[in-house]
Amino acid sequence: MRGITKRFPGVLANDHVDFVLEAGEIHALLGENGAGKTTLMNILYGLYQPDEGEIYVNGRPAAIRSPHDAIQLGIGMVHQHFQLVPTFTVAENIVLGLPSRREPFLESRRQVHQQIAEVSRAYGLAVDPSCLVWQLSVGEQQRVEILKALYRGATVLILDEPTAVLTPQECERLFEILLALVQGGKSVIFISHKLDEVMAISHRVTVLRDGRVVGTARTQDITKQELARMMVGREMRPIEKPPASPAGPVIALQDIWAHDDRGLPALRSVSLEVRAGEILGIAGVDGNGQAELEEVLTGLRRPHRGRYLLAGQDVTHASARELFEAGLAHIPADRNRFGMVADMTLAENSILGLEGKPPFTRFGMLRYREMEQHCSHLIREYDIRAPGPAAFAGTLSGGNAQKLILAREISRRPKALVAAQPTRGLDIGATEYVRRKLLEQRERGCGVLLISTELEEILALSDRIAVIYEGQIVGMVDPACVDIEQLGLMMAGAIKEACELPPRPPADRPTAPGSAGHER
Amino acid sequence: MSDRATFPSAHRPSPAMSVLLKGSPVLAVILALLLGALIIAAVGVSPLAAYQSMIKGAFGSPRALTQAGLRAVPLLLISLGLTLAFRSRIWNIGAEGQLYMGAWVATLFALSFPNLPPALMLPGLLLAGFAGGALWGLVPALLRAYLGANEIVTSLLLNYVAIFWVSYQVRLPMKDPTSFLPQSAVLPAPASLPVLPGTRLHIGVILALLLVPLIAFILWKTPLGYRLRVVGSNPDAARFAGIDVPRHIIIVMVISGGLAGAAGMIEVAGVHHRLIQDISPGYGFTAIVVALLGQLNPFGALLASYFFASLVIGADSMQRVVGLPVALTEVIQALVVLFVLASEAFRRHRSRVVG
Amino acid sequence: MSWDNLLQASFIISLITSGIRLAVPVLLAVLGEIITERAGVQNLGLEGIMAFGAFAGFATAFATGSGILGLLAGILAGMLMGLLMGYFAVTLKVNQVIAGISLVLLGQGAANFFYRQIFGVSQRPPRIAGLPEIPIPLLADIPYLGDILFRHNVVVYLTVLLVILVWIALFETTWGLKVRAVGEHPSAADTSGVNVAGIRYACTILGAAFAGLGGAVLSVAQMKLFTENMVAGRGWIAIALVIFSRWHPGLALAGAVLFGLADALQFRFQALGFEAVPYEFLLMLPYILTIIVLLAGGRRGAAPAALGTPYEKE
Repeated sequence: MRGITKRFPGVLANDHVDFVLEAGEIHALLGENGAGKTTLMNILYGLYQPDEGEIYVNGRPAAIRSPHDAIQLGIGMVHQHFQLVPTFTVAENIVLGLPSRREPFLESRRQVHQQIAEVSRAYGLAVDPSCLVWQLSVGEQQRVEILKALYRGATVLILDEPTAVLTPQECERLFEILLALVQGGKSVIFISHKLDEVMAISHRVTVLRDGRVVGTARTQDITKQELARMMVGREMRPIEKPPASPAGPVIALQDIWAHDDRGLPALRSVSLEVRAGEILGIAGVDGNGQAELEEVLTGLRRPHRGRYLLAGQDVTHASARELFEAGLAHIPADRNRFGMVADMTLAENSILGLEGKPPFTRFGMLRYREMEQHCSHLIREYDIRAPGPAAFAGTLSGGNAQKLILAREISRRPKALVAAQPTRGLDIGATEYVRRKLLEQRERGCGVLLISTELEEILALSDRIAVIYEGQIVGMVDPACVDIEQLGLMMAGAIKEACELPPRPPADRPTAPGSAGHER
Repeated sequence: MSDRATFPSAHRPSPAMSVLLKGSPVLAVILALLLGALIIAAVGVSPLAAYQSMIKGAFGSPRALTQAGLRAVPLLLISLGLTLAFRSRIWNIGAEGQLYMGAWVATLFALSFPNLPPALMLPGLLLAGFAGGALWGLVPALLRAYLGANEIVTSLLLNYVAIFWVSYQVRLPMKDPTSFLPQSAVLPAPASLPVLPGTRLHIGVILALLLVPLIAFILWKTPLGYRLRVVGSNPDAARFAGIDVPRHIIIVMVISGGLAGAAGMIEVAGVHHRLIQDISPGYGFTAIVVALLGQLNPFGALLASYFFASLVIGADSMQRVVGLPVALTEVIQALVVLFVLASEAFRRHRSRVVG
Repeated sequence: MSWDNLLQASFIISLITSGIRLAVPVLLAVLGEIITERAGVQNLGLEGIMAFGAFAGFATAFATGSGILGLLAGILAGMLMGLLMGYFAVTLKVNQVIAGISLVLLGQGAANFFYRQIFGVSQRPPRIAGLPEIPIPLLADIPYLGDILFRHNVVVYLTVLLVILVWIALFETTWGLKVRAVGEHPSAADTSGVNVAGIRYACTILGAAFAGLGGAVLSVAQMKLFTENMVAGRGWIAIALVIFSRWHPGLALAGAVLFGLADALQFRFQALGFEAVPYEFLLMLPYILTIIVLLAGGRRGAAPAALGTPYEKE
């Protein structure tokens, strides 16, 4: 790819990018969120058209106007958000869009299953072709995506942030698969923002920053620190976490059982506590009940067994509004869908949840001036880049939208805060900001429950970690003494004990958590 | 379970999911009339003559203006309710049925208490009409709020039920014994809406005009209106913010149904002075177009309702003079909405490209 | 007139036969909308498309004397409106509910306008010949069952055939897989190389063609004339039945026949002068039945996941 440039309204996603993939290598594309890596690969896969630049495949110029063209050229892509139809079987997903020998009818199931089995075996991608996709684990779904690309004759495989949804053990398996692919003559492009992975698996690495190529190097010739500096442009500030002095519990779940949307059990006998002034991290692979846990905690889902106490009050059957009133704040995992109303102004969004209360309402009438003042105050205090309170919320960037949501929730001085995937999709600056704010809340005496799939984040921010697997809390660990591998095994349900916390000291004596006081 | 997110979408949720039409209503009307002219020419009539007769018929005499005003009142009332409903993304297509039910309950009230003084009768009529429509609107609301049933289909099917019900009522139980036609007895004198002095307009006009700023006030100046707008714009965020979505669905359908019922009452008490089978020439449907053309804004609804009422009066005249069927107005109405949709789409496209 | 007469075999046979015949227009519309919605587009304009199809069918049959040509005209009329809906839903990506309602107004308005303009108003509306009944040899002679199932006009047989064809097409062909993928997860389809817009256009036009045919059947084969409001809500009933049928042709057949039976029953009661029940209640019956059926069927989870959502590539 030479001189690739791509503009979107308001942002230059790729700025004259040159990128070369050599045969039989694993080439990592490194950069923080928003650096332009996914855009570049989407261009290669034909989902976007570049404004400038050319692409050459095997030395010949190629016009890739759609995924169809890319597939013809042997390019396959595994996206960050899986592009699989949940209600279809594995086989149907793989065969979708491909001509069949029995046109117009579909290929015989047996034929297809056989062919899939062949490819599976060749690269270690075991999966049951007749299984419905929504029943598969995330790791299995990823394997289906890879199978899909290989089945269509891909020789170049692009993987976009493949490890975001995997346990450490599943990552290992993925790396084995990638090495097998490369040995089989394929070439791999591996998009990531995680330095450790890049160092571990790639032969060469290209670093993107703000849409431009900062450099390309052989992985064995470069150090992690150099890569980090190339990626971020400055040294990353480590997270400073002062010791915690937690008080009594603000959130207590006792033997909570809840169903998911399909009526299947999603939470099983979940009991946990978040104390004032601490951060409890929930570690686990996406899809093990975190979403349902988030919903139960915030009143969007009723548990059918168990009790939920907020600051001592029984709120098991409380509505979202009642929990809101009782001092619970919530940063949703899907911020565009749940956190803001894109069609309304920032001022109106800034009072979401508070619209019926003074000073925003008096004598039954909304008062726009107070709303605007409140909004301007939040914009200033929380450094939100926005034209002003009258701007539409839909025009904010991801980072600023998250800041707005954070500002709105935190400014209410909540007793408890549920933060789900708070830094997902944010760039370095916004990520650091959000983490800092969470720690500030902890300092303030708020009880924070952090749900995140980023293990480093959980380890860095939490005072205690609860591991969730298939709707159950399989263990509580002390971040100071657990290691990633053990955590990964717990997340995969393999082990139940790993560096357990010693029994909690009685609640009336505020002491530091974990074993004899030490800090990370 | 992987999340089903599609590609990282633009920050706004798809504007087509948005309930508002930000197109150009005036341009749409002009284009629709032009296309209408083409159709008229295609059937061998001079468009100029046709539109001339239409304009003369709609605006050429005080009588025409009054007629248009009278027809605009129910359109305005219903479309105000629909403005609220559509802004909450509740597609109430059952306004016609709600009108009929309101008309029936109001008639029932008037015939049951014929000796009430006007001071009690008139408010009673209004309440009765409102209640009839509100209760009829409550049915699809409950079905949607608690069973997730599609309110478009349920409210629409109930239209037919309501129309047949009234048909039955005026043919049998409520039939006027002194007449051959299926219609109710004439309403007692106190149940006749007083007429504004010097005109032939009844006080329903005042009611409708007063409601315009009231609805605007509710929408933009009250917490209730705020919550309805959030529900319509992003129901997930509404739930998240603790808004009780089922309760708001019910509130909005009750208001919307009630206003349609009040329109029914007005037609009975102010225009026909009895309940008949064809109490409404499709007001409930036309009001949908009125609300949409009015950009889901009460003041827009005011303008659009008068415009459409004039269109219909003019079409009557056009049929008499040039012989073109009045059904043309339905075609023009549909074209207007389609052009508004298209203009909004083009505007959206242009803004994305320019950025 | 008494209840005894009702239970006579001849009454029941003629009821069911009628029911099947009356079910056809609705069934066609339901089949069409199932195709359209499986691809993710919600076309609420069926009522208007059927009206326009009814007019086109009647006018053509009247002018040419051929019922078959009338039916073809109905298909064409439907396709035109389907193209319009496709443009608004797929290319312009507007709110499909509003677009659909506009189409209802447009279809009804156009049908009424052109009918009045061409045929004027008269006490006795013009009539056409309709379609001949075609008994299937041998099978039609089976006692009871033969009369019910095998003595129909060509449209009924065609419709049953279409049910089977649509079933096979949706679930056993590569095209059907693409359609269902587009309706469930359009971006997954897109990245697999499927032309999402193309499929949505095709399904919308095809679905509307079915609806147009349904309207033409109503005017050409059943009532053999045209009146304003002759569709009488069948388009909306079709939409309810799509939900009831869980987007599957098999249940669609069942639902449509149920509606047909209610319609047939209502006609007979009126004709028999059944005084016990005012005829308006009978007229209400199909609509109330549809609401109940909608509630019984409707768990929203069965809908194609991307239904009603325009697909934007970015």
